[in-house]
Amino acid sequence: MIKLEKDVVVIGGGPAGLAAAAKVYDNGVEDVMILERDFELGGILPQCIHNGFGLHHFGEELTGPEYSQRFEKDVEERDIEVKLNTMVLDVSPDKKVFAMNKDDGAVEIQAKAVILAMGCRERTAGAIGIPGTRPAGVLTAGTAQRFTNIEGYVPGESVVILGSGDIGLIMARRMKLEGADVKAVCEILPYTGGLTRNVVQCLEDYDIPLKLNHTVTKIIGNDRLEAVEITEVDENMKPIPETSEIVEADTLLLSVGLIPENELSKKAEVVLDDRTGGPIVNEGRETNIDGIFACGNVLHVHDLVDWVTEESQIAGDWAAKYIKGDYKRAEKIEVKAGENVAYVIPQSIELEAEDRKRIPLYMRVSTPLTAVDIELYADGEKLYSFTEPFAKPGEMISVPLAQKTLDDLDEVSEIRVDIIEKEGE
Amino acid sequence: MLEKQTITCVACPKGCEVTVEHDGDEIIEIMGNACPQGADYAKEEIVAPTRILPTTVRVKNGALPLVPVKTTKQIPLEIIHAAMEIIGEKEVKAPVELGQVIVENILDTGADVVATRDLPKKIHV
Amino acid sequence: MSKDKYDVIIIGAGISGCAVAWKLARYNLNILLLEKAPDVATGTTKANTAIIHAGYNADPEKQKGRLNNKGNVQIKEIVKDLNVPFEEIGSLVVGMEDDDLSVLDELLEKGKKNGVKGLEIVGKEWLQKEEPNLSDKAVRALWAPTAGIITPWEFALAMAENAVANGVEVMLETEVEDVYTEAGKVTGVKTNQGDFGADYVINAAGLYADDVARMVGIEKIDIHPRKGEYYIYDHAKDFEINHVLFPIPTKISKGIVCTKTVEDNLLIGPTSDFVDSKEDLATTREGLDHVYRGATKMFPDLTLKDTIRVFAGLRAADTTEDFVIEAAEDVHGFVNVAGIQSPGLSSSPAVADLAVEILRDEGLTLEEKKDVIETREEPARFYELSNEERAEYAEKDKDYGQIICRCETVSLKEIKDAINGPIPARTVNAVKRRTRAGAGRCQGGFCGPRVTQIIADELGIDPTEVRLEKNNSKIVEHKIKGLLGSQGDAE
Repeated sequence: MIKLEKDVVVIGGGPAGLAAAAKVYDNGVEDVMILERDFELGGILPQCIHNGFGLHHFGEELTGPEYSQRFEKDVEERDIEVKLNTMVLDVSPDKKVFAMNKDDGAVEIQAKAVILAMGCRERTAGAIGIPGTRPAGVLTAGTAQRFTNIEGYVPGESVVILGSGDIGLIMARRMKLEGADVKAVCEILPYTGGLTRNVVQCLEDYDIPLKLNHTVTKIIGNDRLEAVEITEVDENMKPIPETSEIVEADTLLLSVGLIPENELSKKAEVVLDDRTGGPIVNEGRETNIDGIFACGNVLHVHDLVDWVTEESQIAGDWAAKYIKGDYKRAEKIEVKAGENVAYVIPQSIELEAEDRKRIPLYMRVSTPLTAVDIELYADGEKLYSFTEPFAKPGEMISVPLAQKTLDDLDEVSEIRVDIIEKEGE
Repeated sequence: MLEKQTITCVACPKGCEVTVEHDGDEIIEIMGNACPQGADYAKEEIVAPTRILPTTVRVKNGALPLVPVKTTKQIPLEIIHAAMEIIGEKEVKAPVELGQVIVENILDTGADVVATRDLPKKIHV
Repeated sequence: MSKDKYDVIIIGAGISGCAVAWKLARYNLNILLLEKAPDVATGTTKANTAIIHAGYNADPEKQKGRLNNKGNVQIKEIVKDLNVPFEEIGSLVVGMEDDDLSVLDELLEKGKKNGVKGLEIVGKEWLQKEEPNLSDKAVRALWAPTAGIITPWEFALAMAENAVANGVEVMLETEVEDVYTEAGKVTGVKTNQGDFGADYVINAAGLYADDVARMVGIEKIDIHPRKGEYYIYDHAKDFEINHVLFPIPTKISKGIVCTKTVEDNLLIGPTSDFVDSKEDLATTREGLDHVYRGATKMFPDLTLKDTIRVFAGLRAADTTEDFVIEAAEDVHGFVNVAGIQSPGLSSSPAVADLAVEILRDEGLTLEEKKDVIETREEPARFYELSNEERAEYAEKDKDYGQIICRCETVSLKEIKDAINGPIPARTVNAVKRRTRAGAGRCQGGFCGPRVTQIIADELGIDPTEVRLEKNNSKIVEHKIKGLLGSQGDAE
């Protein structure tokens, strides 16, 4: 077994890990290593060949691979050590990272700080218990995307998609463009989880029906998928049997949710938040374990990679500060998700820092609302609020807490965010 | 013949519902947009919608069998499938560089199809 | 290369066929084991509750009752010799407040009659201590310490592999279309891969045992498939269940079982519903709801949050609701090992013993081999190993260093070994059964494309030819660009 010591080990070389590692390095902590399980860096981005990345961060509209390559170049230029095809199998609470690859065999790295950037996995048909058979041709949209855009195979030629989040919408277009017949996108909710732009450019452009309030109630076909049963649901999301119809298809793609992949975090005794599925963190993205940080989809599922980059740079900054001894944990201010708020990250503010300018609070509304006031309270007293034309669960909201605001918050123990729909609009 | 068409503008996240009144050739009136970009977008969407086309091209002897590509500017929606056919027939030799032109001026649109990443040659073990 | 003439041909490589093959391999005989699917154990053997029953539930008047305990005892030794994952965690039949608790005493008596050891009635305190998540309405239970959990497909595979090591031939994707007889004696079989001669035929064809029996004019066997549906959960560490738990049984079914599996998942099920078709392997809304309701009676705090898969299996139930292990009356040399439903898995070595005895009675000479290979080497199981052990393996062979399945920690070497093993894994599910790649929480989302490519590379086929399980279950149907107009797959 190869035994190493590193200042910072970054687990995951996707957009989160890449941005965090470069930031650590730029803060003067050059002994940083990225461990990546795939054969190349970029995480999920190399297979996201569509547009829509970088509008905030670069002011340009880029495809996934373009966005990724910029950060890969950053890492390359800084000569940051990367181990590819390397799977981390264990992280201990005392920051020992155990990983394996073909060339080295087993590697045990004693890290001073660990940045968790493992991303997320997709929820499966089995996990939501769709009744029926278990044939070939049923796969998650992301895996279909991998086959189509990286491996070079089209999973099938007549497709039904369950789930109208962006991955489902994007894959509807992708399959259609590559010559498949995309019969429908079903969405169990009365609204789509994806961007309006994607509904237009992925479904409407191609006359692919979007069936809201519908779900797949049966998978049919013993060896290869032959058909699916699609059924309308009522306001409680319960199928209405009389509305069932059989749609012939040889492929069913599932876009039914992403789950932060925290098995390693659990091994390190990192405490998770049930609402996000990811670690509970302070504003430096540090978990309950000193020196273990988390950023990107492993922390909470993001919809824009630009926020992943911002968040990971925060984590990188603070991981570097941790190594240099440049930070201190102070009195903890709990950050609470109030009315209509599904979650807020970070869940606490507790780090002392001289040069900090602001703390962005990332949050999601729990249900679609229009004409909202986003209100911040400190121990029940309103700090400030501002208005937005709408709030959607599928679009993360970033609310900055200015340093001045924080400086004025002596003795505050709780900050709360509410999202209130304005009356009579 | 007077026609009214309503589309959702995607120029910005607001998503205004913009209604365009036209008689086939001439735009009579545009309503519902909160900004001028909305009017431009609506006009174009009604008359001749265009899109960026992201797809892949097969690679010979590359580290991966495909390289992702996109059109350098929006091309008419109605020729997207024809563009896919042309791109589908192409095969490019590795190594490929980000920005490398794979198809020049596709279907006379003035848009090139370019690679969106570097792709080195296949490493033979 | 297969011969033209064998002593015994076994039709069906499920648990029964593999057990018979394993037993017969100990004798100087030419044995051929035929399986119509691309892998062994693709029928009921891979879709059951994976329990080695103690034997108190089976009717002592039936073959089921007589063979269960015998099988149970033998299995404890076999799993050691063949390195099959097995744990003797014991089972409980749990009586709730409103149940007829006298059934527990009846089971206790039946168990004793069947020769089961260690049975006792336990009370609420015992239950609270041993199963902290169990409903507090549970008041009394029958405790059977000799029950256990096993990996049923690996059990069948291990016996088949050991049979191969001892000279048995196995042919996969070989479907028997007819059985030849002459003057009231078996002479051979007709398959889709040619004809093979034999003096004795074992009909271990599971759901299709009645169809095979009809090939020699036997009408008395009638298989009515009875479906059982299940939920399986991710690794069990977040919800403690320590034993196999049954509710009080009814006449037709043992009820919804809650158990942990040897691989450390949680498993709840099965239902018990007759279906018309032997191909009806679909789970149903009603069935799954029934499973969950039954499970929450025993474990009220159990949610569906960490389920990773639902599946169904079909019991090959004969109308007699018993095993049909007997020689055909009018056809010499044809032995039925049919109607094998629960406790078929638990009884399998005893079923095999009985089948061998029947063959002897039919005239087969059984001369014991001198150098029988009794053991099977344990395949590397990375998911069970410590990090130090994993490191050692990687030093021996670099392919151990490349981890392909993240959720279950499966290395490239394990997958390659499965594909190149004595009974080769040629499909994604065959690889999954041998290595656990794809059996975890992401259900092959990450490793699926990789496993598909590895199978293609090892078998020298195109990835578009790789199948999930049987027939035309291709993983990916087309090469990219292959569906676009003029650009076909022609290269």
